[in-house]
Amino acid sequence: MSTSNPSQTTSGGTPIIKIRNFDFAYGDAQALFDINMDINAKEVTAFIGPSGCGKSTFLRCFNRMNDLIDIARIKAGEIKISDVNIYDKNVDAIELRKHVGMVFQKSNPFPKSIYDNIAYGLRIQGVKKKSELDEVVERCLRDAALWDEVKDRLSESALGMSGGQQQRLCIARALAVRPEILLMDEPCSALDPIATAKVEELIHELKKDYTIVIVTHSMQQAARVSDRTAFFYLGKLIEYGQTDQIFMNPRDPQTEAYISGRFG
Amino acid sequence: MKPFYTHELEDLRTKLILIGEKANEAARLAIDGFLEDDLSKLNQAISLDDAIDELEVEIDQASVRYITLRSPVSSDVRFILVAIKASHDLERAGDEAHNIALRAKNILNQDGRSGDTMTIKQMSQLTCLMMKDAITALVEKNLELAHAVIQRDKEVNALHKENFKILTIGSADNSETSTAFQKVFISKSIERIADHAKNLAEEVIYLLK
Repeated sequence: MSTSNPSQTTSGGTPIIKIRNFDFAYGDAQALFDINMDINAKEVTAFIGPSGCGKSTFLRCFNRMNDLIDIARIKAGEIKISDVNIYDKNVDAIELRKHVGMVFQKSNPFPKSIYDNIAYGLRIQGVKKKSELDEVVERCLRDAALWDEVKDRLSESALGMSGGQQQRLCIARALAVRPEILLMDEPCSALDPIATAKVEELIHELKKDYTIVIVTHSMQQAARVSDRTAFFYLGKLIEYGQTDQIFMNPRDPQTEAYISGRFG
Repeated sequence: MKPFYTHELEDLRTKLILIGEKANEAARLAIDGFLEDDLSKLNQAISLDDAIDELEVEIDQASVRYITLRSPVSSDVRFILVAIKASHDLERAGDEAHNIALRAKNILNQDGRSGDTMTIKQMSQLTCLMMKDAITALVEKNLELAHAVIQRDKEVNALHKENFKILTIGSADNSETSTAFQKVFISKSIERIADHAKNLAEEVIYLLK
């Protein structure tokens, strides 16, 4: 086990998320140790590692989802998004989540119509004009490659859609408030291979406009969709680099062992 | 629905066609240079070798990358294996063209002309056609053409054997013997290029069957 944790910056891109000396704990149990990394704008960054390595915990730090857990606390360090420390007392977590959207492992559409699922975020922001809502609903469904499949049944319940469609609807819903960053926590783990391929295709398209950070247990998925990959183990960032390099020529023997399936 | 990385396989196919065309061009230039006593063509054949070598490395790297990152299965994985093997055959064919050009230059330096070229003209016509057809079979996924390429290899082998017999008749003159040796080596190189074309055709058959 390598104990060194050098600052893992990116090259050839524009960092939008900067993490420095970040320590995170649930009560007395430290979950993340001295994480240093930059995440580039308009790229797909994948977090891989065995269960319990801290990758989902880390992802949830980017939009302060861990604020909802009483015992969660940051022990040291900072996370800056667009040069703003997101844990500064002046930063409102709800406002932050408009800029940093999230898609979860299991699709979670509201028990409402397809249209209302997308329009929900805008309505609570006070948007009432039908033409504006219509425009956003169409844009988001098109961006999520779902428009052609659902345009004739927008008033039907979202719960009647297939699992893959529901997950893409959740991505469309996250896009409605025009976030800069989209966090995805194992977005395809409940999907069949065809629905997975569609979501992967969508991720590839979305990176033109959004920064995407994805946690995945599928190394093939990380290899296929991401520009950069970070390997976590026991709460530490072991290796971070271009996906080609991580999968074809990892520098750390632990990364090699994990991606080759020779772990443990 | 085609995955977003489909173009990577297309790029690989394009590179494979390119190395095939360059290897064929090198062979044609080297043999024509020898038959026509044309130093310029021989030098052109020699200069193509580096580009062919580079393409082989690029194909190897792109193939390993595709296997690592894209988890190919079925016909895609067969295509990748064929790309690796075929590019190696085409690189070797390029090396043989390089050897032919060097030997032809030696003959020109020593004798000033190629002289009796034995069956080399016939061999070269057959071999260049084999190369061209093997590449076409790959591009057009033409199983019949691939089989035809394999059949023609026997004719090239027979012509090479004839050249070998001519050599064994021998000559008392040392310089003539040296030239004859060079020519048989050229004949052997052409025969090897035909072998590589045959291998390529066999790889196409593996891919298509």
